[in-house]
Amino acid sequence: MSATIENAPKIHGGGPSIESPRSKRSPRSTKTNFELYGWLFMRLSGVLLVVLVLGHLLIQLVLDGGVSKIGFAFVAGRWASPFWQSWDLIMLWLAELHGVNGLRTIINDYAERDQTRFWLKALLYTSALIVLFLGTLVIFTFDPNIGN
Amino acid sequence: MTAVVEETAPGTGHGSTAAERDHTPIVITLRIRRFNPETDAEPYWQDFKVEADPTERILTAMMKIKAEQDGSLTFRRSCAHGICGSDAMRINGRNRLACKTLVKDLDMAKPITVEAIKGLKLEKDLVVDMDPFMQAYKDVMPFLITSGNEPTRERLQSPEDRERFDDTTKCILCAACTTSCPVFWSDGQYFGPAAIVNAHRFIFDSRDEGAEERLEILNEKEGVWRCRTTFNCTEACPRGIEVTKAIQEVKRALIFRRV
Repeated sequence: MSATIENAPKIHGGGPSIESPRSKRSPRSTKTNFELYGWLFMRLSGVLLVVLVLGHLLIQLVLDGGVSKIGFAFVAGRWASPFWQSWDLIMLWLAELHGVNGLRTIINDYAERDQTRFWLKALLYTSALIVLFLGTLVIFTFDPNIGN
Repeated sequence: MTAVVEETAPGTGHGSTAAERDHTPIVITLRIRRFNPETDAEPYWQDFKVEADPTERILTAMMKIKAEQDGSLTFRRSCAHGICGSDAMRINGRNRLACKTLVKDLDMAKPITVEAIKGLKLEKDLVVDMDPFMQAYKDVMPFLITSGNEPTRERLQSPEDRERFDDTTKCILCAACTTSCPVFWSDGQYFGPAAIVNAHRFIFDSRDEGAEERLEILNEKEGVWRCRTTFNCTEACPRGIEVTKAIQEVKRALIFRRV
């Protein structure tokens, strides 16, 4: 009897994978960690943005006479320092990507037709590219002498 | 620990007060969302007046309507005791089992609305096409996956290991959670809370070896990451399963790659 059992085909031979008998998997496979990273990014960037944005608002609108102090000279002074350049650059990228990812999930949730979904996303990604490009360009190529 | 969390106080039964034992029948109005695919283009509301004891269930009132007023009223029911999961419906705007909802727990003075669960194709009156729901359930492989030879005795497990997935063993597949989920309503591609709950039941089972595969399936585009933690599912579950918590536990297992 034991010989028969040993010669029998191994049903579970190749590890734990079992093919389901009749039903096919629904065709929605993506096999990447994209959604996982997207989800994590929202949480992490959110925490960072709380510090960056609140700090930004405090400096710009509350301290040192509030909003009235903001002028060309004020901006030029701040961007002379690499610290504030990086602050603004990180804030720009995180806020834009955070917003884009949030809108992407909202489009996925609410746009019902594939066409609508495609065009809304096309619009979203195009606008994001423009904002990120222009913002980054200004931070890096800002010329404090342009006013003279 | 398999007991069901109930919102109602344990007032019924032997220790009930006089008011609760008052079985004077009253007339209630059931406002039912009707739809006959052969004659109607759109579903419509129809009012039925029916005599009911306040301690009776909505299902009893509906069966009375079907028997005495309109035999064409169509709904699913099987065990009628809250365990088969057939009669999930949207009663007064909330997904519940008609067989576990008592008349006295609703506003008896106003018409009680009864409609089919949302997000699945309406077939007739309160009957919807459950196939997409069951397909999502099948997709997470809700069965024990092991390797090697079968053991000669039971697969033993410590009470602590069992406790990890105890909550999610209670699911009766009534679809009350999945059809209360706004993400599922939008396009029906999302796996839905019920499928994730049943994946959770095996992912966190120490005897099962298919956790990796199930996690991979739930990591996909329509998997756990579409959950917005609106808690509609937890609120709707007639078995008191903490559905949103189970979904979060699957997310955590995916992030840390550890079950």
